[in-house]
Amino acid sequence: MSLLEVKDLAVSFVTRMGTNKAVDGISFTVDTGKITAIIGESGSGKSVACYSMLGLVPMPPGRIDGGTALFEGQDLLQMSEAQLREIRGRDVAMIFQDPMTCLNPFMTIGKQLMEPLLYHQQVSKEQARARAIELLDEVGIRDPESTFENYPHQFSGGMRQRVMIAMALINEPKLLIADEPTTALDVTIQAQILKLIANLQTKRDIGVIFISHDLAVVADIADQIVVMQQGKIVEGGDSEHIFHHAEHPYTRKLLAAIPADSKAPMPNEPDTLIEVRKLCTWFDQGRNKEPVKAVNDVSFDIRRGEVLGLVGESGSGKSTIGRSILRLVPVTSGSVNFDGTDVTTLQGNGLKTFRRRMQMIFQDPFASLNPRMTVFDTLAEPLLLHGIENSKSVASGVLKLMDDVGLARNFVRKYPHEFSGGQRQRIAIGRALATRPEFIVADEPVSALDVTIQAQILDLMQDLGKEYGLTMLFVSHDLAVVRHLADRILVLYKGEIVEQGSGEDLFERPQQDYTRQLLSSIPGRALLE
Amino acid sequence: MTTEIITDIAEAEQGSSLWHDAWLRLRKNRLALAGGIILVGFSLIALLTPWIAPYAYDAQNLELGASPPSAQHWLGTDIFGRDLLTQIMYGGRVSLAVGFVATSVALLIGVTWGAIAGYVGGKVDAVMMRLVDILYALPFMIFIVLLMVVFGRNILLLFLAIGAVEWLTMARIMRGQVQQLRQQEFVEAAISLGLPPRTIIRRHLIPNALGPIIVYTTLTIPSVMLLEAFLSFLGLGIQPPQTSWGLLISYGAETMEEFPWLLIFPGLALTITLFSLNFLGDGLRDALDVRRSKD
Repeated sequence: MSLLEVKDLAVSFVTRMGTNKAVDGISFTVDTGKITAIIGESGSGKSVACYSMLGLVPMPPGRIDGGTALFEGQDLLQMSEAQLREIRGRDVAMIFQDPMTCLNPFMTIGKQLMEPLLYHQQVSKEQARARAIELLDEVGIRDPESTFENYPHQFSGGMRQRVMIAMALINEPKLLIADEPTTALDVTIQAQILKLIANLQTKRDIGVIFISHDLAVVADIADQIVVMQQGKIVEGGDSEHIFHHAEHPYTRKLLAAIPADSKAPMPNEPDTLIEVRKLCTWFDQGRNKEPVKAVNDVSFDIRRGEVLGLVGESGSGKSTIGRSILRLVPVTSGSVNFDGTDVTTLQGNGLKTFRRRMQMIFQDPFASLNPRMTVFDTLAEPLLLHGIENSKSVASGVLKLMDDVGLARNFVRKYPHEFSGGQRQRIAIGRALATRPEFIVADEPVSALDVTIQAQILDLMQDLGKEYGLTMLFVSHDLAVVRHLADRILVLYKGEIVEQGSGEDLFERPQQDYTRQLLSSIPGRALLE
Repeated sequence: MTTEIITDIAEAEQGSSLWHDAWLRLRKNRLALAGGIILVGFSLIALLTPWIAPYAYDAQNLELGASPPSAQHWLGTDIFGRDLLTQIMYGGRVSLAVGFVATSVALLIGVTWGAIAGYVGGKVDAVMMRLVDILYALPFMIFIVLLMVVFGRNILLLFLAIGAVEWLTMARIMRGQVQQLRQQEFVEAAISLGLPPRTIIRRHLIPNALGPIIVYTTLTIPSVMLLEAFLSFLGLGIQPPQTSWGLLISYGAETMEEFPWLLIFPGLALTITLFSLNFLGDGLRDALDVRRSKD
């Protein structure tokens, strides 16, 4: 018998706008000692399916339309709230995406760890404490005795997620549900957490449901994979089978969206467009404090027409480099020569002329568009400002841009909130291209998007790059994406460049330890080879 | 070719702006809508008063004296035999004008001041906001009394004086909003397009910060009207023969025991207006809150 057997589970949400079938008759099983991964894009119903079984979906508006979820032979869907409460946290535990919001900032982690133990089991405080410390040690928290009294903000993101895992395991659950547990983490930390979950699962012989939007993340650890789309399971089976013999077009699309190949190097050595020399960007922390050296003594060249990838974890200064070149943050020292002119000293009109030649595409398409301006206003603004079109020709200019970025002309008078993330990113790309720039900084342009949309946007950027003859600085934490797109790659660590080279050099013959570490943490690496 | 494309844009489906969405939400709130309609009605009456008032503004009938409501004088007359309805209508002109004009003055100064301080930041911000703090610390009643004493009692001055006190909070709200918005990527995008700060503030910052400001405005108008009533009550505001609701209430209070209608009706007019403004403000707050879902 399986640990969890879900059959024909259907959940819908009843709103004033009508009934929305979030989960539409799905069936899957989880075995003891195995990891079942549920894969799907946002809104595919993957989280709702798991939450509704545990009574964590508010009803109404939620409603369970049918099906069974047998946990050790008992139907979770028929249980009362009191019975479910007994099961949650004792037999079934959860790990969530954001470890910061899931921990109470006003309680020490020790207290928070002991809480479920004291609630569910008859143990003394001393026993609970001993047990908690043992677990912290097991999930890899250094010196658990002394960190026991620390508060959540004293831990890094990865460490907090370890605490969350310890908390989930403290009552020795039989089933662990991990909902995108690594999405908020850096790629190297992600690799560590994935390894930890896999290890704990084997050691303790528990069943795991791993919810993720990213097929690559689960490639190395999942035994079973279930692919969901619009509330339905489109394909399920052994992970071997899914990765090598996927049949459903959607699964194939997801697999194809994992960027695999590295780009061929550029044929001849073109001239240099941008020379960055000894660039430092420090942020003051107020009086008597050391400034944060976000970018520290960085020098590199960007050649005309190339895509230069900039990789590193969060806090490595990769975004700040892009913003420094564009003069969006004040530069502390050093120079940025753009086509022979030092842009760090430009003022007024001179700066405005250069702004036209350098543009930026931002990470979050929900924040990078003015919510009160229509697509037309957003795209017309740069066209008119720089005199590229006059008030008569601006309409055709806007429509031409929309054609270029693949937006239907019919959307021209719509507002940003009426678009999906991918469409919004297309508008943002259109705005960046409006000034006919020579150079574009793309700051994690796809990391806020679903994987299949990511692939579309990357293709679009590649095509437009060729069409407009763009030079691009592509900033990302995702090595696979950068490898796919970039001619050369810079690896950044704590504000300094540790290694640079062509994609192939870097991936096949990394020189530095840090680069090797970064490479070994790419999820689904086994899959690529 | 060009014409064809332009018709293209005109034909394109009109999107639903956030303002439009907010209006749809507001329309569902009966109380707020009723408040809005009452306010529009009162404002119209105030505008048309010289033509629709049942009696002349200064027509006295001393023989009549203070008479209770009757068919000739719907709301009765005051101790000089003047029609109370007429008095209330003329008083409303002043009270509403003070409310709207003083608030507009506050809005104009406060929004500009706060937006500049918030956008420029640094030392400029520090100096500008310290000035606001200093003005805050001044006891504003003394400030207004001083103004009245120095420049004489002038209705325009009253507008200015009240506006000059009320803009401080506006400036603080605006600055907070702008500081928050300044972190948003669309503002960075505007900077990297090369837009001048003036345009960024006008096109990208102010429209996005307006929600809380509008709500605060609807709450400022009543407080300004109360302030005027208070000043008039003290004898510092409007002078007879001009009148305002505040003044009428003050006279009504003196003769409350013998002629209660002289207090009740002006009081009612003020209360209804204040309630309407508060309900409208409440409704606007809910309608403009983007965190509320579209359902």
